[in-house]
Amino acid sequence: MNKIQAEMAGTIFQVLVSEGEKVEEGQVVIVLESMKMEIPVESNVSGEIETIHVAEGDFVNEGDVLVTLR
Amino acid sequence: MKRILIANRGEIARRIISTCKRIGIETVVVYSEADYELPFVKEADVAVCIGKGPVQDSYLNAEKIIEVAKEYKVDAIHPGYGLLSENGDFVNQVEQAGITFIGPNAEILSLMGDKISARKTMIQAGVPVVPGIDEGIKDLEEAIRVAKEIGYPIMLKASGGGGGIGMVLCETEQDLVAHFPKVVSRAKAYFNSENVFLEKYIENARHIEVQIFGDKLGNFVHLFERNCSIQRRNQKVVEEALSPNISEETRKKLYLAALKAAKAVSYTNAGTIEFIVDEKENIYFLEMNTRLQVEHPITEKITGIDLVEWQINIAKGLPIPVKQDEITANGCAIEFRVYAENPKNFYPSPGKITELKWGNVTNARIDTGYEAGNTVTPFYDPLIAKVIFHEHTREECLQQARKFFNETVISGIQTNIPLFLHILEEPNFQNGQYTTNLLKVMKTKA
Repeated sequence: MNKIQAEMAGTIFQVLVSEGEKVEEGQVVIVLESMKMEIPVESNVSGEIETIHVAEGDFVNEGDVLVTLR
Repeated sequence: MKRILIANRGEIARRIISTCKRIGIETVVVYSEADYELPFVKEADVAVCIGKGPVQDSYLNAEKIIEVAKEYKVDAIHPGYGLLSENGDFVNQVEQAGITFIGPNAEILSLMGDKISARKTMIQAGVPVVPGIDEGIKDLEEAIRVAKEIGYPIMLKASGGGGGIGMVLCETEQDLVAHFPKVVSRAKAYFNSENVFLEKYIENARHIEVQIFGDKLGNFVHLFERNCSIQRRNQKVVEEALSPNISEETRKKLYLAALKAAKAVSYTNAGTIEFIVDEKENIYFLEMNTRLQVEHPITEKITGIDLVEWQINIAKGLPIPVKQDEITANGCAIEFRVYAENPKNFYPSPGKITELKWGNVTNARIDTGYEAGNTVTPFYDPLIAKVIFHEHTREECLQQARKFFNETVISGIQTNIPLFLHILEEPNFQNGQYTTNLLKVMKTKA
């Protein structure tokens, strides 16, 4: 199972995918906001979104799992 | 004025506290839960926690801040920069509470805070503005038509924007089509106004701004210029005063235009008029910042004036203490903004500062909001310190900066100090002939 983790602490600004959706490697799945900047979070593999663990407005720490793929 | 509330945080709160201490004014600071361990909280006479980390829950909570101001019976509120500093509604609320706002009045803030109305005001006053349109753009179709008239490249800007947020460079119609909806939605989300407009993007330009002051008796002075051309994401990284490589004639033209702009709106307190200066040294008004600037220390260094002290005295109703010809500029001052970020892609780098050892340069001024052991949280901008060098010559400044940053050690977070060391070796920076695209050009070369 593949997972996408937050590379830095921040707030979830946008969730761009939904569970069950197919994504390509390099596709932006979440936009994180940290220090007044929007940071696109890309999928590191191609696959299907299994679970989205966060919602817009959530605070996440570095290393938190944002999305799992299958 | 015996007691002032500082509606800000980090280095600027500390900066204001230091002047207040020197002139015998007590300070009250408000802070968020995320900032509890920072030096400004400890240095103020009174510190009141007003909410959680996100700015909406703390530093932008005007009601709560005014409540604290009333409870502690402060005489005035200093807003610093950013946050509520340019918010006309806040100023009205402060004044209704019978408290002095250290800054211009609410009408000036609203007029200059909206970029379209600021442009219109300056055109009327006879101050040259960047070629563009003077009405908000309704839709993409209109944007495409107007962009064609102005000619690419163009800047698409949110009228309510500021601090480099809400603007994007469009080199082609495709860029405009791609960026337009994003800028509109961001304008709405961040600035509560969907208004966007277009300006010609001036290439190979310099960003030069003039510091001005107006008092409540109708006197105006300028405190010379600052060259702020070194930017990333339209945000300043290095600033210097005076500007290198500019004719005396253009310099005078800038001061004259800045004073004209200030008089046109009957400006009071500290303000900055930003200009774009093109290759032929034509000058264009860009925007007016109705507050203390981040980079004000370089002006303090060359003039020997404490700008915060002037702000406080002018807010009290005192006149500007000197005449224009008594203000002189001495030597060269350069400021470097140390950001908690990746020096290559400029992505933020929040985290705990485990080690913080500044270089050993005796006359470097270090304005920092953090100490070793503090955590840089993701809620605020990445500025962790400003380091200012002031020497007789520019070469001496660069030499001191090189020594300072080579010796500085910061661990636990990434900073843009490696970028400073590259900038200091860049021939176009060394000879003072750089423009706003210096960092982009350096990136392409690397």
